Amino acid sequence: MAAGQSAVSVIIPTMLSPEQIESRLERMLLKVQKPGRYVGGELNVVVKDWDEISTKVALVFPDIYDIGISNLGLQILYDLVNQRPDALAERAYAPWVDMEALMRSGDIPLYSLESKHPLAAFDILGFSLPYETLYTNALNLLDLSGIPLRSAERSATDPLIIAGGHACFNPEPMYAFIDAFVIGEGEEVIGEIIDTVKNVKGQTLKVNDVGHSTFDRELLLRELAQIPGVYVPRFYDVSYHEDGTLASIIPNVPEAPKTIIKRMVAKLPPPTTRFLVPNIDVVHNRVSVEVMRGCTRGCRFCQAGMITRPVRERSVEEIVQAAEAAVDATGAEELALLSLSSSDYTDILDLVTRIGEKFGDKHLTVSLPSLRIDTVSVALMEKLKDRRSGGFTLAPEAATERMRRIINKFITDEQLLETARAIYARGWTNIKLYFMIGHPSETLEDVQAIADLCKRVLVEGRKALGGKAKVHAGVSTFIPKPHTPFQWVAVDTVEQIRAKQELLMHELRGPAFKLSWTPPEDTLLEAWLARGDRRMAEVVYAAWKNGTKFDAWQDQRQFEAWNAAFASQELDPAFYTHRPRQSDEIFPWDHISDAVRKKTLYADYSRSLEGEIRQDCREECYACGILPTFAATRREFPGIYWKCPEVKSPAGGKQTAAGGG
Amino acid sequence: MRLRITFEKSGALRYTGHLDLHSLWERTVRRARLPLAYTQGFHPGPKIQLASALPLGFIGRAEIVDLWINEPGDALERNFKERLQPSAPPGLLISSVEVVDEHSPALQTQMVSAEYLVTLLDPAERPGLENGISALLATVALPRERRGKTYDLRPLIESLCLLPEGESGCLQLKMCLAAREGATGRPEEVLDTLGIPFETTRIERTGLILK
Ligand code: SF4
Repeated sequence: MAAGQSAVSVIIPTMLSPEQIESRLERMLLKVQKPGRYVGGELNVVVKDWDEISTKVALVFPDIYDIGISNLGLQILYDLVNQRPDALAERAYAPWVDMEALMRSGDIPLYSLESKHPLAAFDILGFSLPYETLYTNALNLLDLSGIPLRSAERSATDPLIIAGGHACFNPEPMYAFIDAFVIGEGEEVIGEIIDTVKNVKGQTLKVNDVGHSTFDRELLLRELAQIPGVYVPRFYDVSYHEDGTLASIIPNVPEAPKTIIKRMVAKLPPPTTRFLVPNIDVVHNRVSVEVMRGCTRGCRFCQAGMITRPVRERSVEEIVQAAEAAVDATGAEELALLSLSSSDYTDILDLVTRIGEKFGDKHLTVSLPSLRIDTVSVALMEKLKDRRSGGFTLAPEAATERMRRIINKFITDEQLLETARAIYARGWTNIKLYFMIGHPSETLEDVQAIADLCKRVLVEGRKALGGKAKVHAGVSTFIPKPHTPFQWVAVDTVEQIRAKQELLMHELRGPAFKLSWTPPEDTLLEAWLARGDRRMAEVVYAAWKNGTKFDAWQDQRQFEAWNAAFASQELDPAFYTHRPRQSDEIFPWDHISDAVRKKTLYADYSRSLEGEIRQDCREECYACGILPTFAATRREFPGIYWKCPEVKSPAGGKQTAAGGG
Repeated sequence: MRLRITFEKSGALRYTGHLDLHSLWERTVRRARLPLAYTQGFHPGPKIQLASALPLGFIGRAEIVDLWINEPGDALERNFKERLQPSAPPGLLISSVEVVDEHSPALQTQMVSAEYLVTLLDPAERPGLENGISALLATVALPRERRGKTYDLRPLIESLCLLPEGESGCLQLKMCLAAREGATGRPEEVLDTLGIPFETTRIERTGLILK
């Protein structure tokens, strides 16, 4: 085009209307597997009048419907946003490959299940990123929505793209694609983001010469950067050392804080009870009530346990009422009482007794995950036992004393065997044991011990039940995650992982055993994404360009395409996975704070090397950093449901609880 | 007691299959707090019988389900339709509920035939289609293959005709097909013989005819 010519040279595609999308869908849906994934219309769905609402949010779970529909975080936000009269929340999930191909060839953009509006018509797209293997799917969904993938390329007409979820505690591998990340719990901050979008759009909305409404995107991002817990990556500059490690992460505008401290709700809000009930069979057709958030055990491999501190509990009364309301509103067959460690809930016995009484004869399965390995757990499950459930799950994670000390999950073999005896004696035929291989400094002897322990558990089963007894060993591979004491350590190499898995396969043969494990490629993929830096964003982009998606699906994931993506960026995957970090290395996520201090983590890592156990911090607070960060909040909420010690010092004073003992 | 419910299945529920519909009913009854009866045995299941599986994508205008509930103590509680409808998911519309004899034969065995209304979403030539229908009805046998088995479609077609032009401007076919156990005519098969790809149609099952 000649210089000076004023005609608009870009073609702005006109957005399809919901009616157009629906009529195209009708001809398409019977050609795909499970078309029920793509139509919405569930019980408890909220469909508001599109034209009456000022701020429209699309909540996007970048995996298929069958998995995303039962995600509790998304249900909570859906409920919260829809409670506001001035906002609406609708949903979108990743179409499976068959549907995606038809959507692309039939020119159907990604649309919301409620009103069938194209996602590009929303004000905000909120991506849920609970795990790293969703990253390429997120890019794919942006592409399918016709929205520029890169934050820097979005114009004043495009929606705001935000993301939240556990994986966002290291947002850097996605920094180029997400306008703003929510760090930590979303319940409060989502409202603040909606307010900000509403205000900025109210002040700056204009209609451009092609009839599209535009707003001041830069202003919006600067406003968002000032909300506590919101990270706007473009306002930070990152520099590197020669060796590829980070030199600095520095804000480049006054609005951006040096450190983004996670959001944390001081008191858990009333639980969501109006769950969406799918019209098709999905992975978990259930309602969930979160019993508590946070964990005080301090297992050194566990990211969730670190980033969800402090422990906040709901009352038995509140949980029972919510469970009842949720079952009434849904007719659900399964109720999950969620927490990172059920046995640690203060009134667990009372809770289980009341739930058992209430639902005992209602054909309802109650699941209680993460029970401690002791006979009390068996008694608890007995109260909830449903004729349908055949298995009992325990997670010893390691099988030798040395390993158990290193990971800080200490039980004795005798405790495990005694628990197993009690389980088999009460009629459960199958015990599922979760282990992890690849813990720091693990040897083949430690792995052999896993097999030996499984065999000893089976011996107990045979004594009680004879040939009916079974053991299922679920052996995953350890991945060092940001914000944990193990963030400094290397992942096992593929060869090491294979050798360990082969040993287990050889040892745990025969019909009484079932062994499941994670393919080493899956482990590596997740491992390099977990501790990636900003350069990884280009790898993610290149991998997506190479056709990767559904990385969490073993039959879809394309390891070679990832390797090619690394090569194209001249980066070595081993730099991210197999490299032990220096004690003073600056991590790509150091400006993101979960309030647990890096030095606390390092001290705990050093302890691990000495084989030293750290008590549950309910016994003794070891000043992890939560209290000084949230001292003001603690003063406001001194209640019994927050399990850290009370803060007594006046505001601004030195906090006293941290000393502990 | 055994309830016979006639209902419509439309909207998003077009894409809910037979087994899933079973669970949908189970949950609807539970939400309505009606005491659903369960089978005895090691794997107790709710006592629910659907008259005939409605293929995925079809709209059902008058589907039938039987479900068993334990007698509610209070006679006032027998306003079943009013209790069930608010608990039903969007797209499940209850037309009637009647109490039937506990021991009458299973619904599936009572099925005789089913009526369908087919709307062609794409424009088509009326005369050509009329000829096609006459030719089809004039045959004595229509041997076809489905899932590796050959069968004769002709005797399964009880009636087939083109409806007068409606408001929408789309052509519509009406057909009645056998739906006995082991002898069920499928509208997609009829459409296929007429050279109409079934994904370009909207199929409604408008009635189930019982013995
Ligand atoms: S502040 Fe103390 S009690 Fe609270 S989570 Fe940290 S270590 Fe545990």
